[in-house]
Amino acid sequence: MSVTRRVVRWVDERSASAPILRKVLRYLFPDHWSFLLGEVALYAFMVLVGTGIYLTFFFVDSTNDVVYHGTYAPLQGQHMTEAYKSVVDLSLNVKAGLLIRQTHHWAANVFLVAILLHLFRVFFTGAYRRPRGLIWALGVTMLFTSLLEAYMGYSLVDDLLSGMGLVIGYSVGLSLPFVGANLMEWLFHGPYPGQHVFWPRMYIAHVLLFPILIGMLLTAHLLLVALRHHTQFKRRRAQSNHVVMGVPTYPGQTPRSIGLMLAVAGVLFLLGGLVQINPIWQWGPYHTYDATNGAQPDWYLGWLIGGLRLVPGFDVVIGKYTLIPNPFWGGALFPLVVLGFLYFWPWLERKWSGDYSWHNVLERPRDNPRRTAIGIGVISWVVLVFVAGSSDRVNLVFGIPYTGQIWFYRVFVFVGPVVFGAIAYWVCKELREGEKVEEDRHAAEAETRLATWSKPSQSSET
Amino acid sequence: MAKAKDILLSGLVLVAGRGRRSPRPEAERVVPDYDADPRAETWAIVLLLLSSLCCAGFIVVYAVDRIPHQTQFLGLSLGLALVFFAAALIVTALRLVVTEELVEEYPPELHVGEVDLIASTVEESGSRLTRRRLFKLALLGAGGGLVTAALTPAASFGPLLRVKDYFGTPWTRGRRLVDEDDRPYKASDIEEKDFYTAFAEGADKEEAGASLVLVRLPTSSLKLPPELQGYDANGIVAYSKICTHAGCAISMYRVPTFLPDEPKPALVCPCHYSTFDPASGGTVQFGPAGRPLPMLPLEIDARGFLRAKGNFDGAVGPAWWGVRNRKPSPQS
Repeated sequence: MSVTRRVVRWVDERSASAPILRKVLRYLFPDHWSFLLGEVALYAFMVLVGTGIYLTFFFVDSTNDVVYHGTYAPLQGQHMTEAYKSVVDLSLNVKAGLLIRQTHHWAANVFLVAILLHLFRVFFTGAYRRPRGLIWALGVTMLFTSLLEAYMGYSLVDDLLSGMGLVIGYSVGLSLPFVGANLMEWLFHGPYPGQHVFWPRMYIAHVLLFPILIGMLLTAHLLLVALRHHTQFKRRRAQSNHVVMGVPTYPGQTPRSIGLMLAVAGVLFLLGGLVQINPIWQWGPYHTYDATNGAQPDWYLGWLIGGLRLVPGFDVVIGKYTLIPNPFWGGALFPLVVLGFLYFWPWLERKWSGDYSWHNVLERPRDNPRRTAIGIGVISWVVLVFVAGSSDRVNLVFGIPYTGQIWFYRVFVFVGPVVFGAIAYWVCKELREGEKVEEDRHAAEAETRLATWSKPSQSSET
Repeated sequence: MAKAKDILLSGLVLVAGRGRRSPRPEAERVVPDYDADPRAETWAIVLLLLSSLCCAGFIVVYAVDRIPHQTQFLGLSLGLALVFFAAALIVTALRLVVTEELVEEYPPELHVGEVDLIASTVEESGSRLTRRRLFKLALLGAGGGLVTAALTPAASFGPLLRVKDYFGTPWTRGRRLVDEDDRPYKASDIEEKDFYTAFAEGADKEEAGASLVLVRLPTSSLKLPPELQGYDANGIVAYSKICTHAGCAISMYRVPTFLPDEPKPALVCPCHYSTFDPASGGTVQFGPAGRPLPMLPLEIDARGFLRAKGNFDGAVGPAWWGVRNRKPSPQS
């Protein structure tokens, strides 16, 4: 008996799983490059877990004050937290430490990019329609969980930039109406920077609670995808809402997927080794009384910086009671509106279009101009707020006055999306029309061909 | 001896020959047979070999400390090892394994029979209950109780109701202003068009209420509102360094070089560019802050040292629901 046969027997004898395994091996994956975006996110997450575990062995989750006497001369004699010192040491004195840390940071970036692109793909092809609303909701939850997770990882280092990021997050928490102050007092054990208890809390959330949460959401997400089967584009006549066509897990898909996994990991390690990211020893330690100009957060938080900067200066006050402190608008309400839109979009679309039927066949963006227009509108809204957040850089590089830019964006973030949405709608319509002309021409040509070909035969018959 | 040799030989034949059967006839194949592609196979093998080589390279770079740019070479070798491996697998996927496009039915919209069966199973299992609604309520109550009880210890994280902490600062009348190295500031140290960070003497510098920005303005340019009259010391004004918008440190001082054409002096937070006017009591000129910067009243003692004349005129730090309720007080 061959080795394969013996291994399969061994497994089946112990688990009685041969029928399931056979199904898994011949599970069908419809083929399209854009279906790989979610996979890229999955593999980036695996790299994050792997590199993250390594980092935990060197990181110290303490904000106790220490004086630096390490190998990096510019920081000699400076006061810093143990957390920051441990990351400087990990980066500069631990062999392969910097490689792993930078790869971890790159992986976080690629993870979030991949999630976003995957979300766009799913949105613009209508893959979230029934019966996949729950898969969509799980995915959206994962996006926001991952944003928080990335923010915490970036904050844990306690360099100057991360400290500035954390105090802004704290202020947004503080701005929650009615409960903000209590919530932050509870979490930080006192007003910012709070007591030393906060760092271990953020640490355990970053390395245990959130990864487990994301892992569970991921499992449910993938399980539901597999149970309902993948969606597909209609490329062949055999494909329909009832029949799926694709490459089986084995042998077709396995080398592709593992190949993609290794490629993602490879690119991440190449980036981690060759392209510097977040050189925290240059930023220096954080102190509540220190800040630096021109600071920008990691890109995935740029939209929130933009939101915070755009709001005009006011708190909503009733008598002496501060109902809504300013950071609430840009830092909490804005992301909540985006989150709410994403959660409720499938439901909204069903209401508006009256399309309650289930769909396994995808649409192209042009097939549904209204959805595409709304999607482009919402995306450009978020992107414009993001761009508004970089007005200070524009001011620095091009000398355009900062206040003028902010006033422009205060209007344009609402006008722009309407314009871009309308353009998207028009482009979709035009593309559709163009295709129709093409189809009609083909049909007409085919008819004439048929006519000219059938004429002589008809005449010969007569 | 000969017998032993025979046994050994036959054993070898048995072991080596095990499982070698004639291949299954073509008709029984599960996966269709395709033509071989020796070139692609060579490529895949070469790529795998390159991958192993890179792995070895990684270990060498790790072990030998004299190699410069260690991080870069570590990343390069490990990254390439993975990329070569990936390439080999992609060649395998595209050229060496059978690419079948199979069709299959999607699962049905609803398993009507099964759904019915499950629902009936659950519903009929409760037939012995007479007070169903009460029973369900009791179940819910116990379940909710357990969850609430399990979450209660989370209250130990920190005080949920002690918001008076937000009003505490280290400032008391007579407290001296010191710099980052704990040297007390003299009024004569503070020059116009410059910007100083000061702390309460003896306080924890990280505490939000402890840090100040100090600037000196020409007394003629001061336009303090009535309730802040006398807060300056000969034109020296002190404000909390913590921005009232999102808690960053106010670390920029915009000073006009040619007054008529340029905006007046301003304290600016680099996080969201809240801009405060130091001449008029820290009022907001531009940006998202909803509240002026809290101002600390100053005086100059007989030896010329700067001292606090009291506490800030408003609560320090970013806004929350009670931030306007009362003035800050010295910490207990």
